Amino acid sequence: MSRRAPLGALMLTLLALLAAPFAHAIAPTRMPTAALEARYERLIHNFRCMQCQDESLANSPVSLAADMRRQIRQMLLAGDTDQQIRHFFVARYGYFILFKPPFVLKTAWLWLAPGVLLAIGTVSALWVIRRRAALVAGDDEDEFLDDGLTGPRKHP
Amino acid sequence: MMRYFAPLAIFAVIVVIFAFGLHQAPRKDLVPSPLIGKPAPSFTLPSLADPTQTVSNAALHGHWYLLNVWGTWCISCRLEAPELLAIAHTGVVPVIGLDWKDSRSAAMRYLAQRGNPYQQIAFDPGGLEAIHWGVYGAPETFIVNPQGIIVYKYIGPITPGAWTRDFLPRLQAAQTVSGS
Repeated sequence: MSRRAPLGALMLTLLALLAAPFAHAIAPTRMPTAALEARYERLIHNFRCMQCQDESLANSPVSLAADMRRQIRQMLLAGDTDQQIRHFFVARYGYFILFKPPFVLKTAWLWLAPGVLLAIGTVSALWVIRRRAALVAGDDEDEFLDDGLTGPRKHP
Repeated sequence: MMRYFAPLAIFAVIVVIFAFGLHQAPRKDLVPSPLIGKPAPSFTLPSLADPTQTVSNAALHGHWYLLNVWGTWCISCRLEAPELLAIAHTGVVPVIGLDWKDSRSAAMRYLAQRGNPYQQIAFDPGGLEAIHWGVYGAPETFIVNPQGIIVYKYIGPITPGAWTRDFLPRLQAAQTVSGS
């Protein structure tokens, strides 16, 4: 019994894995063509659920996300382009709804901030490293003299 | 001396930034609407009270109105209900309801129990109209001016404080402009 259970579980897992491709084919696709289905999947992963805010429309269980998915589906079926669908949602909810907002004046800081911060970090790191290196190379003791901690030197 | 002072100064700067972030920064759950200053989406929807009638905001052109998005499932809307009734009672501005993703019978029962602050109520069980207005939660309240432009959007239950601070000045300023 105790030896057979893991074997049974293994067999079940293998069976499930073998059945997976068929399960996909059997499940009713939401869109009439594979191309539309692919665009639908990509779109719902790129929009933010406005209620949960850190989840995509694809992963969100709330009903507003379901309404938005339905709207995307209907627009795709009506022949709208991805660009038109993005415009539709951005016009109503702002760039916040896109996980990948476009590079425009309003969002420039968002895209540039990481680079700017990295540059500041790199420059200050280089500055500190160079200064330390120069201290060692020059064996400049003045730095240690005026900190008031090198006691013996103060009392010659 | 400087090398002891510098970390302290940097620390002080970080404390100031974090204190600002914690207390002053705009709340992340309040997403500003891109519809402010834009024409309000026009709608013609079935009336909640009478399915044979429609409610259209085209008929409101030339008048200030509030569009209040609510639903019987929305707990914050219940908190807001007394204030909406008080607003309706002042007669400063008509309140139009958008009953969002609701059942007609539940909504009618709710209004019968708690009172009805709305001049008209549009019924949006499918939630498409709410998407047109960029609604992402309830309650949300829009101020629309006589030109049909959305002037302001308030997210969350309207409190007496919010009414005097955020709504009245906008409505009064506008009324003196339109009155002159």
